[in-house]
This record gives sequence, C-alpha cells and structure tokens, in this order.
Amino acid sequence: MAPKLPPQPPLQHSSTAVADGQSHGHAAPPKGILRWLLTTNHKEIGSLYLIFSLTMFFIGGIFALVVRAELFQPGLQLVEPEFFNQMTTMHGLIMVFAAVMPAFTGLANWMIPLQIGAPDMALPRLNNFSFWLLPVAFTLLLSTLFMPGGGPNFGWTFYAPLSTTYAPPSTTFFILALHIAGISSILGAINIIATILNMRAPGMRLMDMPLFVWTWLITAFLLIAVMPVLAGVITMMLMDINFGTSFFDAAGGGDPVLFQHLFWFFGHPEVYIMILPAFGIVSAIIPTFARKPLFGYASMVYATAAIALLSFLVWAHHMFIVGLPLVAELFFMYSTMLIAVPTGVKVFNWVTTLFRGSISFESPMLFSLAFVVLFTIGGFSGLMLAIAPADFQYHDTYFVVAHFHYVLVPGAIFAIMAGVYYWLPKWTGHYPNERLAQWHFWFSIIGVNLTFFPMHFAGLAGMPRRIPDYALQFADFNLLSSIGAFFFGASQLLFVLGVILCIRGGKKAPAKAWEGAVDLEWTVPSPAPLHTFETPPVFHRTSH
Amino acid sequence: MNSQEQTQVGVRRTVIRTVAVLVGMFGFAFALVPLYDVFCRITGLNGKVDATAQSIVHEEVDESRYINVQFITRGSPGLPWQMSVEMRQMSVHPGQMAEVDFTFTNNSHSESWGRAVPSVSPSAATTHLRKISCFCFQEQLLKGEERLTIPLVFQLARDLPADINTITLVYTLYPVEHAIRNASLNSAKSDLENENDPNNNLSIDPKNNKAAGEAI
Repeated sequence: MAPKLPPQPPLQHSSTAVADGQSHGHAAPPKGILRWLLTTNHKEIGSLYLIFSLTMFFIGGIFALVVRAELFQPGLQLVEPEFFNQMTTMHGLIMVFAAVMPAFTGLANWMIPLQIGAPDMALPRLNNFSFWLLPVAFTLLLSTLFMPGGGPNFGWTFYAPLSTTYAPPSTTFFILALHIAGISSILGAINIIATILNMRAPGMRLMDMPLFVWTWLITAFLLIAVMPVLAGVITMMLMDINFGTSFFDAAGGGDPVLFQHLFWFFGHPEVYIMILPAFGIVSAIIPTFARKPLFGYASMVYATAAIALLSFLVWAHHMFIVGLPLVAELFFMYSTMLIAVPTGVKVFNWVTTLFRGSISFESPMLFSLAFVVLFTIGGFSGLMLAIAPADFQYHDTYFVVAHFHYVLVPGAIFAIMAGVYYWLPKWTGHYPNERLAQWHFWFSIIGVNLTFFPMHFAGLAGMPRRIPDYALQFADFNLLSSIGAFFFGASQLLFVLGVILCIRGGKKAPAKAWEGAVDLEWTVPSPAPLHTFETPPVFHRTSH
Repeated sequence: MNSQEQTQVGVRRTVIRTVAVLVGMFGFAFALVPLYDVFCRITGLNGKVDATAQSIVHEEVDESRYINVQFITRGSPGLPWQMSVEMRQMSVHPGQMAEVDFTFTNNSHSESWGRAVPSVSPSAATTHLRKISCFCFQEQLLKGEERLTIPLVFQLARDLPADINTITLVYTLYPVEHAIRNASLNSAKSDLENENDPNNNLSIDPKNNKAAGEAI
C-alpha cells in the first residue's frame, strides 16, 4: 500500500546530476560473480552487506531456535548440554558480529553517500575489502562447530578462564575469526568517517546532516575506539592459550577479573554501536510519516554524543558481583543511570515529533513506533539492572536476557527492518507489498513480546541464563517463550518474501517515494542508478 | 580539479588520524594490564596480596578488637596435591603477630611443582594484611607422596578499617607448568642427584627467615 496521499513530484535540482554512468567513463562492470567480488560501488557493496546480514540473521536464528526447542519443557530432550552451550554462544556471536553490525554497515554504505550528496564512499576499494573479510571470518567461525571438541561454548562474552584454560581446541579459530571480523568493522568505520568528514555536498555543514549520518559518524568513532581493545583482549587470550603467558591466569600472576574489565570496556560501547544507527533510522522515519520536521534536531545530536561518551564510563555495571569496592559500585551505578537522561531526551523528541503530526501508518512507521515503545521497555529494565544491590539478584538470570533482547530485537532489528521498508523503494524502484509488510509487522510484534516478555518473570523468579535444563516452576514461562520464538522466527520468512517480491516488481515508486521525506536521497530517481551525485548537488538548508 | 584534490587530501588526513587512534587504543588495551596491576596493588582491589615478604612493624597491640581470620584452601585440576590448614579460623588483635601451619600433601607418586596463590576478602583489608613469611611467595616442589608443613606468619595492621571484623584468606593451588616440564625431564633422566632439592626451594630467603625468627 502506497502512502495515503499521492507523492509530490520530485524536486529536480539542476545540478542533481543523475546518472547514467556511461557518460562518465566508467568501464563496463565484469559479468557474473566477478562483478560482485570486485565491485567498488557503494550501492552494490551495501546490498552485499545486507544480503550477508540477512543470511546470518537466519543462521543465528536457527541456533536460537535450537536453544528454545530444548527449553520448551524441563529436562534434556533434544541436544546434549555441551552442544546447547555452543548454540547459545554461536547465536550471540553471529547475531552481534554477523547480523546486526553488518546490517548497519550495509545501510551506511547505501545511504550515507546518498544522504550527504557524495558520489561514493571515500575509499571504495577498501570498502570492497572490508565486506569480503566478513564471509571469510564467519565461515571460519561456523566451521568450528564441526571441529573436534566443538565450537566456542563459553558464551558470547567469552570470559576467561572458560575461554582459555577450559576452552575447546577450536578457540584459536574463534579468535582468528573475531580478529578478521574486527578488522572489517574498523576498515568500514574509517571509510565512513572519511566519507562523512570530507565528501559532503557543498554547503552542508555537520549540523545539516541527516541524523542517520550523524549517529553513524559517532558510531564509527566508537568502533575506532573500542574494536582495537577487543583485538587486544583476544590477542591476550591467544597468547594465554598458545604461548604460555598468564594475562588472565591467576596461577601465573594474572587475573581473570582483568578479562572482564577489558572485555566490557569494549563491550559496553559495542552495545551502543548496535543501537545508535537505529536511533538515526527512526529519527528519519518518524518525521517522514508524521509529516513534521524532527523535534529537537540539535538535542538529538548532542544526546547521541553524550550517550557515546558515557558508554566509556559504565563498563563495570556488567560486573557488580565480582567484588568491586563500594565506591566503584556507586560510581558505576550512578553513571549508568545517567545514560537514561540523553536517552530520555531522544524518546521525548520522537514523541514530540508525533504530537499533532499528520501520521500515517505505513510499515516503516509501524516498525519505528514499535521501536520507540519496546526499546523504552528495554531501557527501563536496564535501569532496574543498573541498581547495584538489585543487580546482585538479577545478575546472570533470564531478566538480563529479557533486557538485552528487548533493546536488540525490537530495538536494533526492528529499526533495521523499518529502514529496509523505508528505503526499499529507493533501492528497487518498487514499493514493498504493504499488506505483506503489515502482516510481517503484526506477527513480529506478537512473536517478540511472546518470546521475551515472559523471560522477565522467569528471571525475577531466579532462572539462570545459559542452562539447558531448569527447575519445574519455570516451565510455563519457557513454554510461552519457545512458542513465541518459533512464531517470530517463522514470521521473518514473510520479510524475505516481501523483499524478494519487491526486487522483482511491484508498484512503481517515484524519486520521492514518501510524501513527507526530505533528505537528499529522495532527489535521485528510484531505483537509484548505479552512479549518483557525480556532480555534487546544491544543498538547500531545510528547517533543522 | 581543485575540489577533488582537496577531498583527497582531507581523506588522507582523516585516515592517518583514525589509524593513529587505532594504534593508540590497541596499545592502550595492553597498557591497561600493568596499570590494572599497579592500581590493584595500591588499592588492594582484587584481593591480591603483595608477593614479597614484609618486615614486622612493632606497634602496640590493639587489644580492644578481635578480628576473625578465616582460612580456606582449594586445590585445582591438574595438580594432585592436597592443602590443609591446622585451624579453619583464628582470632587475632590488630598489631599482634600470628602463626598458622599449612600442610601440603602430594597424593601422586611423581614429583610436581605447584604454587599457592592467595586472595584476601574483603578487598579493603588486603593492604592491611602483612605477611612476614609465606609459602605463597615461591613455587614449590613436592616429591611423590611427600608431606610438608609450612607456617604462615602474618600481622594485621592497626589501621585496619573499623568496619572489618572478619577477613578471609583463600589459597588456591595451581600447577606450575614450565616447572612441570623441567621436573619431568629431570625424572626422565632418573637423576638421583636431584638438583631440585625441595628444601632448597622451600627455604625462605634469609631476610624473611630473620623476620620470621623475630616473630617466633
């Protein structure tokens, strides 16, 4: 279903040079697989990232369903506990590093040059390299499941000494895979920073950039700051395992708690890496479908920057029970709660943008509204976890699982899906089938809540995470969660169907596919030709 | 094209700066390891006690307070040793010298190297626990089926925070791997001279002995 009101004809800037590539001397691309292996075009690389991410989303999802199938009822039915541990670990690793992060990088590749009026990314060949590292990394990671001793089984946080002294022999491959994936993210981040800082259309100041670009700029800085720390930690693990050092081994004078400090110094900014671009997407979609400019543009930028800075000061809230001194417990408790302030500013701005808007409820808007509500629920359970004395009770229970799935599934993943539905007309030239998208939305939102809401109660009642069997009193909650998980998983097939149908055909989309859309990407035709903005557009400052 | 060249210069500058930050952060991750150690030593944060002998401080015994000191011993896989302590807990006054015997037993037939690593809880007490003589300062060698009793001599500083009434001292036994390799090489040679005389390895260095002597 198209927007309720017919879209306006696109504004044609005289200088919005659009496209046919031939006139600019581009050699004809190689045919077949080589075209994709060698491409340096930001749109093709963006598509590759998104397809890779979707594939990994389903692989990680199947792992999650193995976990949920085993937890369907108490007792051990389907898998051995050792394999169960590998499934929980792989589910987390794949979803974080191979599904969510590459999806955002894919959207960045597609949309950042279009939104700032650049012809391509700043370093196109590096861009190709950083994508093709990913299939290598995750083929390597997935192959550990077939190695003697199995794949990683120590949880996605790979705490030492579980991941060193007691780890399966395949751990060295896991470290290598993570190194490669980390290099890929770092190169992608360098490229994004270089593009945003140097290739904006003439006249576009930093404070004129769309929020998706802003949030990605800040995310890229976070990546540059913390991915090297992750690389350092796994290098120390590698040396502890293979070269006899004792970074994390108490017997040799090391300290396992040091691992947790280093890991979460990376890990907490990492969770914001997975949510800040989502804020940017939602900040693009809500004004479009409320037909109002975003409320508080500048405060959105400052709030994003504040969240990014605070993310470096809160890491030990993951470690309240390791025996921190009282003053550290207090510091990390208050600094964590402080993050609720800039996040609250954002939620306030979204809600205020909706206030008295002429709202229509197309699928991108539905996913964005669900994002605002459900992400806020995840934020509130995060505030509960931030209370140090209460965390002693919640730590490592299903309450934590419920919390971070609420911010990641209806948070990050709903925002990605909202972005895909929002930009599909620009990518393919066709509107996605709105009826199918609405079914996808309603099934997803029922599935998500059915899966993750009961986990709050199971956790508060004391069910620990990462266990293949549980006490009988948790049976009902787990039954609901498992039904919800299969429901949610199956309904994602509607998403794939919708995307495939949209690529193959559908209602034609004009350049400005959504009536209320304002950013530069809507000035190029739909589908966006391979080469856009070869002559920089003239940027007209809009209301923010 | 002037603007294109400008862009290229800008991109190069951005790349150089971000790569510099990258290298810096990678180095920072490794720098955190010694920084963490120093930080913990100063604050006693992770319960790590100074691994060198401290000399006794003569100060008045604070008889108004009794501190309950508990001892916990733990083995670990890979080392067939057992460690026990003569008493599970004792009461001491701050400033008072105390001594407690720990017994190590090698349950296997072959000799092996091990080390007892201490940890103090609550961590606020760590810097107030002075060890005058401790087996934890060195790696130890036990011959097959050997049994060895070694005393721990310690003193609680008088400035122990007033809210601490109980201190738990945990010793975890760990195998010492490089020494295992050496020891097995030696036994393979079936060298009866045995350079690794256990008494040699266990003898506390003269300075500590002196301190311990004063204590006893």
